[in-house]
Amino acid sequence: MNQSGTNGRELAVRFDTKTPVDFVVVGAGGAGAIVAKELSTAGFEVVLLEQGPYLHETSFQHDELKFKDLYDPPFIGQDTLTNIHSLQPNTFRKSETEKAALAPAITYGRCVGGGTVHFTANYWRFHEIDFIECSRWGSIAGTGFADWPITYSDLEPYYTKAEWELGVSGLAGASPFDPPRSKPYPLPPLPIKSSGVLFERGARKLGLHPFPAPMAILSQSYNGRSNCQHCGFCEWFGCEWGAKSSTLAAVIPLAEKTGRCEIRANSYVTKIATDKRGRVTGVSYFDLHKRGQFQRAKAVVLCANGAETPRLLLLSESNLFPQGLANASGLVGKYLMIDQSAPAQGTFAHPLNEYKSVQVTRVAHDFYDSDPKRGFFGGGGLDGRFDWYPMGYALNGMPPGASRWGAGFKASLRENFNRTMMVLAHTTTLPVASNTVSLDPDVKDAWGQPAIRVTFKGHPDDIKNLAFFRDRELELLDAAGARQKWAFPISDATAGVHLLGTCRMGNDPKESVVDKFHRAHDVPNLFIVDGSSFVTSGRNQPTCTIQALAYRAADNIGSMAKSGSIETSF
Amino acid sequence: MENNRTRRKFLTGSAFGLGSAWIALHWPAILAAQQHAHDVLSSGQRAQFQFFSAEQAAEIEAVTAQIIPTDSTPGAREAHAVYFIDRALITFDRDKQSLYEQGLRDLPSKTIELFPSAHKFSELRAEEQIRVLTAIEQSEFFEQVRVHTVMGFLSNPEYGGNHDQVGWKAIDFEQSHVQTPPFGYYDAEYAKSKS
Repeated sequence: MNQSGTNGRELAVRFDTKTPVDFVVVGAGGAGAIVAKELSTAGFEVVLLEQGPYLHETSFQHDELKFKDLYDPPFIGQDTLTNIHSLQPNTFRKSETEKAALAPAITYGRCVGGGTVHFTANYWRFHEIDFIECSRWGSIAGTGFADWPITYSDLEPYYTKAEWELGVSGLAGASPFDPPRSKPYPLPPLPIKSSGVLFERGARKLGLHPFPAPMAILSQSYNGRSNCQHCGFCEWFGCEWGAKSSTLAAVIPLAEKTGRCEIRANSYVTKIATDKRGRVTGVSYFDLHKRGQFQRAKAVVLCANGAETPRLLLLSESNLFPQGLANASGLVGKYLMIDQSAPAQGTFAHPLNEYKSVQVTRVAHDFYDSDPKRGFFGGGGLDGRFDWYPMGYALNGMPPGASRWGAGFKASLRENFNRTMMVLAHTTTLPVASNTVSLDPDVKDAWGQPAIRVTFKGHPDDIKNLAFFRDRELELLDAAGARQKWAFPISDATAGVHLLGTCRMGNDPKESVVDKFHRAHDVPNLFIVDGSSFVTSGRNQPTCTIQALAYRAADNIGSMAKSGSIETSF
Repeated sequence: MENNRTRRKFLTGSAFGLGSAWIALHWPAILAAQQHAHDVLSSGQRAQFQFFSAEQAAEIEAVTAQIIPTDSTPGAREAHAVYFIDRALITFDRDKQSLYEQGLRDLPSKTIELFPSAHKFSELRAEEQIRVLTAIEQSEFFEQVRVHTVMGFLSNPEYGGNHDQVGWKAIDFEQSHVQTPPFGYYDAEYAKSKS
């Protein structure tokens, strides 16, 4: 693999670390790549730091052992595209009274493109309700449930921008629950798979409204990129065709083309430095050879994800910021919302061959809104999919009661691998202050930095909601004609991939970390935009909203910089 | 020869439905990656074990052959799962070496405990082997061999197992860079009903 960071583009711009650049962006993922591209396009000099490597389509192979991060035991994945648990340990505990134990508690994309390289590419906009749910539903005891400081209509132009710039396939108006949109999708839906047909069949029988999944994957060639070739190595894999609309495929080339954006891969940021007046002056990082470096910058945009962003702020404590940078509220790292799920699977009489093509082709949003009649807060969306590759299926995905070895195991594996599909609900996670990302007092990573400690216990309503959705999943599989169906047990999440809420956005500096334009309340030249900005979880399909927020934030940061309203140290 | 054949199949198989200039531009890079994979594969054809002795390999192979037995279709033995395990133990799973060393000491003891006249696990009849493995199926060693056998049956052939893709063929999994709809029975039926 090309680890050098130039990706063969010899004309890529290089900035001197000692001369302050306009912006350092930390994290080249779903948000950071967009911010860097937007700001460099607007004329600013940008250094985009990414802790992982800069890979290319040719690096992405059909190799389950190498690429699939099997975050279920027995953890046989090799963390090629994601954080490397052997070098970057996490610890986990359910409550503050426990001592956290080593566990792979979080997984995120660790390469240029971040999680969008390996994501499923479900691309749901939030609905209008997601931004104003607290005032509609009422506050919930024991939680920090709140409205966002922005509404759907503030974000709508940027949802549209994301869909059109990145390339999203879908059918506008196909779901009666869709929020209003100013433009249709740029590309028609991807071809339906057998799981989509069966999902649609079951959903219709139940009176629901299935619709073609909006996916950040090209159904037709677009902006010089290839359309999807349905190879099937999609979720957890990088796309060798460049057809998945990762920021690596869709945004990074535009950023580099400006000649003002340096993508500096293999750069692991450990501290954001400030001057005596509390202005950011740049960032310290380790390069590929673990040499300490310092990049000066007039302003910093932190896009390191909902776990690494609060960690970096906490690591950046100083005399002026004893609780960690931008943490006068004490809320950095709090209100962690991770995805919880309780999928169900079914087997059918004929082959589905679900290993082909993208994971998801049909979705239903009939239960998106919370309903007081259910007796708890919670909502979500359902999709039909197949999440398995051969090894993972054989080890973790087979019908219950199947033998674990021997002739019975082999027969069941042969019979069911191509006859299985999953129905998966994406559900709400309530913001609870005691659910946190913090620094582990004992465990260090391979660079000597304190490890991420996750403290998480799902709110009781989250768990009731999962049980509600598990029943809907099983009903749907039944209605679709499954010959066998089963649900995975509902248990409290001990690991997350969607990492939200840990630097929440708000108008009140006592109740939030960033303002509605993503500027840190306490630091005038520090901006934070990624999943950590979320006030509520939506229905745990966050990427589309993270990216719309990134376009909106970049728009505002660029305007502020142009008008000279960002106070800098230089 | 094998490389050329695979490469040709890949090329022709991928030519369906493509017309984009993008693909023409990117062919050489994609092919280079494929070629690399095939080179690794061909250099991996070796007769020698690097972690196991020949005798140990025979015992482990016998265990894998009960985990995924050979019937009308190939099993772990034909997939060369034991070669996968051997290579795993000197590369990414070095930390499992002592588990295997202990397991290889315990296996003959359990064999002799259940079948006092036997010498080795690998020399037992199939039903006897199943009895021994059933007796140890809760052990950490057996679980590890089980996981490794599945991996050696279904991972990419570059890792030494899934020889000639017998594991993938057994489950009707076809590795390809291009698939075309309809993908399965139900979407084929759906397409017919819509046309």
